[in-house]
Amino acid sequence: MAEEKKDTDLWEVFIQPKNGLSHRHCGSIHASDRNMAILAARNVYARRGEGQSIWVVKSKDIVSSDPNEKAENFSADDKIYRHPTFYDVPDDVGHM
Amino acid sequence: MKKDMVDMVFEGLLRIGDDNLILGHRTSEWCGHAPTLEEDLALPNIALDLIGHAQALYSIAIQLKSDYNHEDQLAFLRLEHQYKNLLLVEQENGHFGNTILRLFYFSTYMKYFWEQVSINCFFKKLKEFAEKAFLETSYHSKYSSQWVITLGDGTEESNKKMLEAVSNMEPFIGELFDNDEFADISFKNKFLPKPSSIFKNWEKEVKNVLKKGKLNLPEILLKKNGGRKGEHSEIFGFLLSDLQYMQRAFPNSKW
Amino acid sequence: MNSDTNNSVNEIPLIEEFQKKIDRDEKIEPKDFMPEAYRKTLIRQIGQHAHSEVVGMLPEGNWITRAPTLKRKLSLLAKVQDEAGHGLYLYCAAETLGKSRLEMTEELLSGKAKYSSIFNYPTPTWADIGAIGWLVDGAAIMNQIPLCRCSYGPYARAMIRICKEESFHQRQGYEIMLTLARGTKDQREMAQRALNRWWWPSVMMFGPSDKDSPNTETSVKWKIKRHTNDELREKFIDAIVPQAKKIGLTIPDKDLKWDKKRNNGLGGYAHGKIDWEEFWKVVKGNGPMNNERISSKKKAWDEGLWVRNAARMHASKNQSTVVAAE
Repeated sequence: MAEEKKDTDLWEVFIQPKNGLSHRHCGSIHASDRNMAILAARNVYARRGEGQSIWVVKSKDIVSSDPNEKAENFSADDKIYRHPTFYDVPDDVGHM
Repeated sequence: MKKDMVDMVFEGLLRIGDDNLILGHRTSEWCGHAPTLEEDLALPNIALDLIGHAQALYSIAIQLKSDYNHEDQLAFLRLEHQYKNLLLVEQENGHFGNTILRLFYFSTYMKYFWEQVSINCFFKKLKEFAEKAFLETSYHSKYSSQWVITLGDGTEESNKKMLEAVSNMEPFIGELFDNDEFADISFKNKFLPKPSSIFKNWEKEVKNVLKKGKLNLPEILLKKNGGRKGEHSEIFGFLLSDLQYMQRAFPNSKW
Repeated sequence: MNSDTNNSVNEIPLIEEFQKKIDRDEKIEPKDFMPEAYRKTLIRQIGQHAHSEVVGMLPEGNWITRAPTLKRKLSLLAKVQDEAGHGLYLYCAAETLGKSRLEMTEELLSGKAKYSSIFNYPTPTWADIGAIGWLVDGAAIMNQIPLCRCSYGPYARAMIRICKEESFHQRQGYEIMLTLARGTKDQREMAQRALNRWWWPSVMMFGPSDKDSPNTETSVKWKIKRHTNDELREKFIDAIVPQAKKIGLTIPDKDLKWDKKRNNGLGGYAHGKIDWEEFWKVVKGNGPMNNERISSKKKAWDEGLWVRNAARMHASKNQSTVVAAE
């Protein structure tokens, strides 16, 4: 077998299902550069009319938080003043 | 429509339908054998589009003639000389670069072709279909141009292989732009664009892409033709024996 | 395989927490702690699954240029293409565990990695395409649906996408068989012969009997396998037998009979003896098409090397021009 030392880059693919919605992660592909990455993303992840816009980003360029820091990043939802029910408004004001 | 007009439209639909069917057939041969898994998805996508175009065109064609009641009769049950595709599309795939360069030449041609049809064609069914076909062939042209540039520019080896592909393809390009009698009549009747009228746009775009891939477009002369008259290459018979095998071995069966 | 043997003492609390998470039906994500054995088992399982998809393109791909109608041609092409996609999603899932696509591919091509033995059988007729869709995809989907809930996040997500796309595969296979079974005498015979060829290999697709499947217990504990081989196999047979009857084809197992005591009195089919010798023969590389399948993939890979090299080289040249222009 011919020897091959280097893989092409891995890219993450995000598709926006329609205008007004966020781009959503749908998977990954391998591609040598950004032009090829967009083509590959389209060929792999847009075969069933899934959306209308594609983003690709090199996986190694994504900075992610440490799972061990989950607790400090996402502290308990104990700030009750952030919830609408914390505030009293007379019933006859109607929906607010 | 008068009978001579019906014959003209039918002939035109066969020509384009056959080009798409046969190139779709060749492209589908790659499924499972491409250089990367990503391309194993890309090439069948294109084959699906091309064969889909053939199916749509045949289904318009059969509505014009009472001797046909299904598009499969056109796809599978004609004799060799009744297929009207270009010689270019029936040639063997060769290596990946060869396949890609042919796709680039053909889809770039078809992009301009469909654009013209979508503006000028008197035959409403084809005019409507042309809009969808234009979008799909534009994508094929974009996809293949990216690969032509990548392979032409890539390594010394890949550039050599693309030079090889350019010269393999050269004798077959003239036929794309050949104005035969049918082409003149169908242009006069506002049915299809004149093949030669597409050349200027095609040449400009192709030259530009080839240049980025460190390749040159040779001078285009009419060297090999005959496909439009049903005179095919030797290799075409083998393609048909694959394509038609089931329909010939089990006639009058439902699948 | 035992999860506890290779881990150092200070990992023990982490392993306990890991197992609790799984027991609570929480997913494990790439950067989370996982025992080395879990990672290895997953890489092996996802890898085998990915390889099976990719090799599985060949027996069916064999019929794309000869499909009998345009409709059949388009659906077969779309289906085989889906398999490439499924292989791709799965390789990407394995990549999150630290195994590159290149390594995976090399293991497949060198014969080191296994893939489903079913794809080492030939497809001599069009009816084999029907039989594969109906039986092989039918068996695959039984295996795959529970995996949509497996404990490893990227694998579960890939499986959800795969199962969604697979939904038409078994139907197209059954429809082909149904059309043949209702067709001419030649067509009916073609369908029956294909069923005869594919029945036992499909039944064996679920793997060895539970008593001979040592990895099952740990994998079930880790929720990377949610049913045992025999459970799935029986479910498959119970589903397929009435479908065969409906189209007038005969399952090639004379010992197949309804047993109302099975499944806690709900009933189920008892099947004949499975020829495990045949199974192991094919697994060990001596099936009818083992060599052909791998050499075909190897040929494509080797012939594609110049293309991949060119793409990398073009990208690196381009990279430097982008930087220079900045």
